[in-house]
Amino acid sequence: MIKNNKTANTLVNLLSASVLLGMVVNLYLIFQFAPEERTMGHVQRIFYFHVPSAWVSFLAFFVVFVYSIAYLWKREQKYDIVAVSAAEIGVIFATLVLVTGPVWARPVWNTWWEWTPRLTLFLVLWFIYVAYLMLRKFVEGDERVARFSAVFGIVGFIDVPIVYMSIRLWRDIHPSPVIAGGEGSGLHPDMRITLFFSLFVFTVLFFWLLIQRIRLEKISVTVNEIKKQMAY
Amino acid sequence: MIHSIFTIAAKDFVSELRGKEMVLSMLVFSLMVAVVFNFALPPGSDAIEEAAPGILWMIFIFASVLGMNRTFVYEVDKGCLQGLMLAPVDRVVIYISKLLVNFSFIFLVELMVLPLFSIFFKLDFATGIWPLLFVLFINTLGLAIVGTLFSAISVNTKTREVMLPILQFPVTVPIIMSAVEATSAVLQGQEWSVIWGWSKIGIVFDVVFFVVAFHTFEFVIEE
Repeated sequence: MIKNNKTANTLVNLLSASVLLGMVVNLYLIFQFAPEERTMGHVQRIFYFHVPSAWVSFLAFFVVFVYSIAYLWKREQKYDIVAVSAAEIGVIFATLVLVTGPVWARPVWNTWWEWTPRLTLFLVLWFIYVAYLMLRKFVEGDERVARFSAVFGIVGFIDVPIVYMSIRLWRDIHPSPVIAGGEGSGLHPDMRITLFFSLFVFTVLFFWLLIQRIRLEKISVTVNEIKKQMAY
Repeated sequence: MIHSIFTIAAKDFVSELRGKEMVLSMLVFSLMVAVVFNFALPPGSDAIEEAAPGILWMIFIFASVLGMNRTFVYEVDKGCLQGLMLAPVDRVVIYISKLLVNFSFIFLVELMVLPLFSIFFKLDFATGIWPLLFVLFINTLGLAIVGTLFSAISVNTKTREVMLPILQFPVTVPIIMSAVEATSAVLQGQEWSVIWGWSKIGIVFDVVFFVVAFHTFEFVIEE
């Protein structure tokens, strides 16, 4: 199942180099180029990690959704491999959102946690996809794992907009304390450039991680097949 | 198809009538938790009144998970599921009949727990009994719709009973919010538009996930 395709390898190596370079440039932009925020100071720079991480995790979960449908439709293992890889990466980035959020919140809002719509949504999202990964861990049989997690991947993603609607409604009834300087409100042009570049680099990072994780999964699948053959 | 649904549901109703496992365990569990919650909160304080809808729905949610865990256990262990799948009906008939059974039993337990709960926690539901029943109906349906589908998944896992709440709780967050807020509105005697506003989310949830479960159930039980 492992193809030693030279063109593919070269392209991926090129991608790795661009991710590395892009990240270095991104770090420069975030810490040097972007101006200091008026009220929050330097801690605001977490924003450039926090928002792209959130975007990447949404992207990852969307990939899980699409490939879960693809798996149930076509029943080919390659779709399941992409789904699980994307789910893992999504959980990692969702965790980053849930870590960078409180780290940013503490000095700015004077509390580690606030039940704002976005953070609450991410907490629920995190739980849904951790449940996805746990389901995969505790089910026996490759085909079953793929089938069950595909169903759950579809259900989980469809739930996301409904969860968001309900949290917004809940928040309207129980408004959170006034938070000064929301994200994206009146963004300085230099900040906007930094944000968009960071979003771009994180997206490329996502695809690079996805490719690496898919490769790993393919190797793992091949090893398991060999093990099964040797067992006979 | 309707006939098949009622046939399979009737089988489960009769089985439950004989064993009374599901309803009894849910009922006793709910009452015990209500009592324990009473000890967990300071006696006779406002906190109880504010927290009452939340406590009520926590009880219902845990009890429903307890009950729904058993949905497919006998089917899978005794090979009944294969028999059902060999029958010349759509696979989804199995889902709908199980949904009907689960919903009925959870709703029954809720109706039994509600009067006792209002006595324990000194709440007055009498004024808003019809809105309350509506809220109960919509949100219990949501729990049952999702729970029946996930129960079919979790019965096939290594950690059987533990898997269902892990799958169920994050997904049913909208139901939890809708249920608690709507019940709270009923208790506070707020007007119907508020209750309806929250119930809309529950209805959207029910419709969307019924459609999703309707289409994905056959993938879960195929072998």
